[in-house]
Amino acid sequence: MSTTTTDVPSHGGHGEHEHNPYHQHHFTTMEQQFDTSKLGMWLFIVTEILLFGGLFVGFGLMQHRYPREFIEAHEHLKQLIGGHPFPLYGAVNTIVLLVSSWTMVMGVNAAQTNQKDKTVRYLVITILLACVFLVIKYVEYSHKFHDGLLPGKFYSHQAEDLIKGTYGYHTFFSFYFMMTGLHGIHVLVGIVLLSWLAMRARRGDFTSAYYTPVDLVGLYWHVVDMIWIYLFPLYYLIS
Amino acid sequence: MSTHTESHSHGGPKIYTANLFALLFLTIITVAAASFNFGSANVIIALAIASVKATLVALFFMHLVWDKPINSIIAIAGFLFLGIFLMFDFLDVTTRDGLQPRNMTPMENATPVPDTMNPLKAAPPKPFEPAPAAPEEHK
Repeated sequence: MSTTTTDVPSHGGHGEHEHNPYHQHHFTTMEQQFDTSKLGMWLFIVTEILLFGGLFVGFGLMQHRYPREFIEAHEHLKQLIGGHPFPLYGAVNTIVLLVSSWTMVMGVNAAQTNQKDKTVRYLVITILLACVFLVIKYVEYSHKFHDGLLPGKFYSHQAEDLIKGTYGYHTFFSFYFMMTGLHGIHVLVGIVLLSWLAMRARRGDFTSAYYTPVDLVGLYWHVVDMIWIYLFPLYYLIS
Repeated sequence: MSTHTESHSHGGPKIYTANLFALLFLTIITVAAASFNFGSANVIIALAIASVKATLVALFFMHLVWDKPINSIIAIAGFLFLGIFLMFDFLDVTTRDGLQPRNMTPMENATPVPDTMNPLKAAPPKPFEPAPAAPEEHK
């Protein structure tokens, strides 16, 4: 158990007969316990998909209603790079989240193969990347707050191209803050969960026989990444 | 025994790293595609690339390729119902143009509203006057 193996022996037979301290009595085997937890996690993931799905449908409806205003409003999410508008914050955050997904799955892999130090290292890198994501989000939000690009009745941006009597801009930023904000809360929750995992991994809780929490939080983290994969083109790139 | 070891020996750093580069490559493609004007196809292209990326994440990072099929069934069911939701929403929105106020043409030839019915031109309402007390009825 304590040896660091890069490849799990395919013949199995490690620790199957001794009682694992994490084996709950109402499960016949550790494998059954793992599969049950994973099934529950996937059901939760479906509820997450439907939660954000509803918001995407609302966004689509309003984009159809205010097509011109939505396109004009989304230009505010871009920055001028060499004279050309480019969604810098959004693009960098996409890369940060994709790389963090990779460090997460590498952490899961390290936990599966009894590499304790590697697990901790990958989890800590994932936490750091999540923090980078939130810092960029903070900078982005501060600019929006400063420019009065706020949701609903708080919208106070005085652009020349503002069409009088339309709620398109207000609506766009309502959806923008609602959806990226809800996603940001998910990232925050992810940081808390990953910190808990890193602590437990450092204590040596996870082995190839028991790594369920790492795997399930990994699934959660990939869902957070997946939601951003849809948020990025819809908010930052629609033209 | 066999299923137990199978659930452990899937994936591997090489596949994960290759998947990461595929995802980063698709991100570049989606940003590049957005700089061209394909008209209404832009949204479809962006969503198609995003869906390919989401599938790659689900299959390899979330281990669905190597997992028990039940997890894939749950995931597909979730996306299926989201698809039904989106499809009916799309059918609704694309067939109701005539009902949206923004598309209404001004009614220049319509009969003007008489002043007595126009709240902006009508005389201000009279101050409230309590009704005279009803005479007491004797029985």
